[in-house]
Amino acid sequence: MALVQQSSPHAHNARPTSRVMLWVILAALPGLMAQTFFFGWGNLINVTWCIALALVSEGAILKLRGKPVAFFLRDNTAAVTGLLLGLSLPQFTPWWVSAMAVFSAIVVAKQLYGGLGANPFNPAMVGYALALISFPVAMTTNWAEAATLWGDIPGFGDTLAKIFTGSQTAVDGWTMATPLDEYKHKIASHTSTEVLTHPTFGNLIALGWEWVNLAFLTGGILLIALRIITWHIPVAFLGGITVMSLAFGSNPDQYAPLQLHLLAGGTMLGAFFIATDPVSAASSHQGKLIYGAGIGILVYLIRSWGNYPDAVAFSVLLMNFAVPFIDHYTPPRTYGHHKARRGLPGRNGG
Amino acid sequence: MTQLWDFAGGIHPPENKHQSTLRPIAKTTLPEYLVLPLQQHIGEPAEPVVSVGDRVLKGQPVAEVRNGMGVPVHAPTSGIVEAIEQRPVPHPSGMSDWCIVIRPDHEDQWVALEPVEDYKRLDREQLLELIRHAGIAGMGGAGFPTDIKLRPPRDRKVDTLILNGAECEPYITADDMTMREHAGEVVSGLEIMAWILRPSRCVIGIEDNKPEAVAAMRQAVEGTQIEVLVIPTKYPSGGEKQLIRILTGQEVPSGGIPADIGVMCQNIGTAVAVGRAVFEGKPLISRIVTITGDAVQDPGNFEVLIGTPVQDLLAAAGLQQERLNRLILGGPMMGYTLTTDNVPLVKTSNCVIAATEKELPAPPPEQPCIRCGQCAEACPMDLLPQQLFWYSKAAEFEKAEHLNLFDCIECGACSYVCPSAIPLVQYYRFAKGEIRTQRAEQLKADRARERFEARQARLDREQQEKDQRRKERAKAAAAAQAKKQAEADNAAADGQAPDDRAAKAALVQQALERKKAKTAAQTSEQPAPAAPDIAEEKPDVDALEKQLTQAEAKLNTMQGMLDDARAQQAENVEKLERAVAKNHDRVQRARQALELARKQIAEQPASSQ
Repeated sequence: MALVQQSSPHAHNARPTSRVMLWVILAALPGLMAQTFFFGWGNLINVTWCIALALVSEGAILKLRGKPVAFFLRDNTAAVTGLLLGLSLPQFTPWWVSAMAVFSAIVVAKQLYGGLGANPFNPAMVGYALALISFPVAMTTNWAEAATLWGDIPGFGDTLAKIFTGSQTAVDGWTMATPLDEYKHKIASHTSTEVLTHPTFGNLIALGWEWVNLAFLTGGILLIALRIITWHIPVAFLGGITVMSLAFGSNPDQYAPLQLHLLAGGTMLGAFFIATDPVSAASSHQGKLIYGAGIGILVYLIRSWGNYPDAVAFSVLLMNFAVPFIDHYTPPRTYGHHKARRGLPGRNGG
Repeated sequence: MTQLWDFAGGIHPPENKHQSTLRPIAKTTLPEYLVLPLQQHIGEPAEPVVSVGDRVLKGQPVAEVRNGMGVPVHAPTSGIVEAIEQRPVPHPSGMSDWCIVIRPDHEDQWVALEPVEDYKRLDREQLLELIRHAGIAGMGGAGFPTDIKLRPPRDRKVDTLILNGAECEPYITADDMTMREHAGEVVSGLEIMAWILRPSRCVIGIEDNKPEAVAAMRQAVEGTQIEVLVIPTKYPSGGEKQLIRILTGQEVPSGGIPADIGVMCQNIGTAVAVGRAVFEGKPLISRIVTITGDAVQDPGNFEVLIGTPVQDLLAAAGLQQERLNRLILGGPMMGYTLTTDNVPLVKTSNCVIAATEKELPAPPPEQPCIRCGQCAEACPMDLLPQQLFWYSKAAEFEKAEHLNLFDCIECGACSYVCPSAIPLVQYYRFAKGEIRTQRAEQLKADRARERFEARQARLDREQQEKDQRRKERAKAAAAAQAKKQAEADNAAADGQAPDDRAAKAALVQQALERKKAKTAAQTSEQPAPAAPDIAEEKPDVDALEKQLTQAEAKLNTMQGMLDDARAQQAENVEKLERAVAKNHDRVQRARQALELARKQIAEQPASSQ
């Protein structure tokens, strides 16, 4: 009789990383559907293209690094990185810009730092930020105009052609500045009411964008309910934006109003799907609150006073820098201790 | 409704308790032989007091602990001592240890029992002695001698006595079934312990997944001051620290014991054993063990004699050998796998799981940590398991300790939830083991260094003394040489033209020098000619001073050992605490005696003058 020898615990629950990642993908689907509904096929094509590229580059670099390829590809983390990039990039981003973004995300930001679990920066946002800095025109002029009706959007073929050949098709008439961009550039010379007459804002807050954000919010709540993420980062993120907006941006003739900050741009996608990437985020509850709030505040700062219309990528990356520091100073108070042991051993460690 | 508190984290693994609660507690038939390990408790191993070939009666002590902490071992039935030898014992390492093997004679003949009808007429010490003689050690798993546990440090008063009926680990139902069927005995045992400790509050905490046990206990405590509190089912609510938090809202200080906050936890089985020891005079020779798992046909609880081999219990429950994949002693969260079913069940064995491969499959291969934080969410001690894992893996033990590695109770909740299937607890055990080894080595090195330095100092001193003597000898020799030379010169002078005056002067000079050397030698031999008198006058001050220094040194050593033990959460903390207290008293006494003596001496000359 050969009895199995194993160290305790002997029981394990069955929700491996691969399934966690699958849930993240599923939770992002409502957002993707809303994007497709309002902005056409661009995001769907981007997502497919980015996921495929992500898997290929992950597989290739794993092979080069001498790691088991199938074992790591099955964890679905590369797919999630591809998905997040596809969801963030402008609808008509040229294929080579997406490719460069995916490549820098997977190969540079993730694998060169040691692969899964070892990357200090959010891979998808490294890719996004690199693309934005390197190709500012491609990354800002390729946003689709929100369609008012389902039938009104550019066709699949046209979109595909625009993305992969850059050919000037009917799609060209369908690009438009994003609401945040529009507001930021017009408010200097116009009143809030005048700015808001632009079609990009629609009748509610930001045509199409508000529904996309609400769809991501729904997916995010699902992730919290499934205990895949905790509420701390998203709530602190949104809280950071809200507090900043109430404190500094209450005049709509100077700054974009709060509802625009919350429901336009990548706010909800960033709060629930991007900032919550566990590898590059702070780990304790208190740390997550600081980390999330930091991102929210930076997003507001860059959107209001910086050069970029949106700022989730830069804010997340900046706070990624701060994570080791936050982690050192925000450990939880362990049972039976009077207070948490902050800092490093031997230094201020009481 | 009494207030309950919640503890951080926790998990809800599948309970798998229903399988073993379907039928009442059964008895196993007498096995062919009983194997009694000499060490079934924390402390010193018991020493056999019988020889091979002796006939022993049921309940007769066969091994006792004479020096140090420990409890005796009793014969679970009458029979012949067949061997005293090393046998495999239940231990995670699968090691062998000394055991007394008894072959039952099937007469089941008891020794003369001395039941106590009214324990309240005994004094506390007598009761504790009785509990010790009954061989009772904590039956929840640790095996800490119950009489010692019931004697908290003098400066600690137990206000709340908790009986741990949470039994939060999946599969195990031994306490549940004990409460259902022996509620009265549980309560009377608890009352005895309460009488010893005189707490102001006495609570039985039971998880809400055991309604039958709750009902039985509620009925049994009617008319007493004992409270039965139903707590939410959440693993590890039965952990001592967690249960104390749930029932009292207080936390056991890190490195401390529950008595530090006026709380004590006792186990259900221990309470029954205490009751039986007092009211029936019976020592601890049997216990309730759960046998469960998909590889047995008839899971349930058995009252087994201590020393019954696991294989007999498996046979009694209908083991299907071909389905058996993993044999666990204890629960699926904290139990350990057995290498063989040829080990005996001991006082601390509460459950045997005969698991099939499907039931408890091997974990998938370990993936990298993605810092998802599920482990921190599950940790009942509010640790950062992923950071601990990282530091343990990287052998950065200082950082792991800084993040309170030694507060980890190894409950396994983090490993249970880890999506990357990382055996986290195994890493923590490794780190703790490494740190303990390092500390032991450090201690050893420190001692060696102290010894070396002391030796070096002694050698230096000896060398100095030697040099001193040599110098003196050289001086004497030089003097002698000079004298010889002078004599030779004299002789030469005699032979020629003697200068009497010069010769005389030289002789005088020599004599002076000899005298000087002699005086110097005397002075160095007896540095203070007056000293002996003084020393004779107050010899006890010196002796007392020496005594005090010794006592202080010992106290320091003990304190150091205690600190180490606390930091390592070793099991002997309580023992060391008592030792420190004792040494503290000793230092006090020595100091007082010294002061008294000094005072007397100070007064003496005054009165004599």
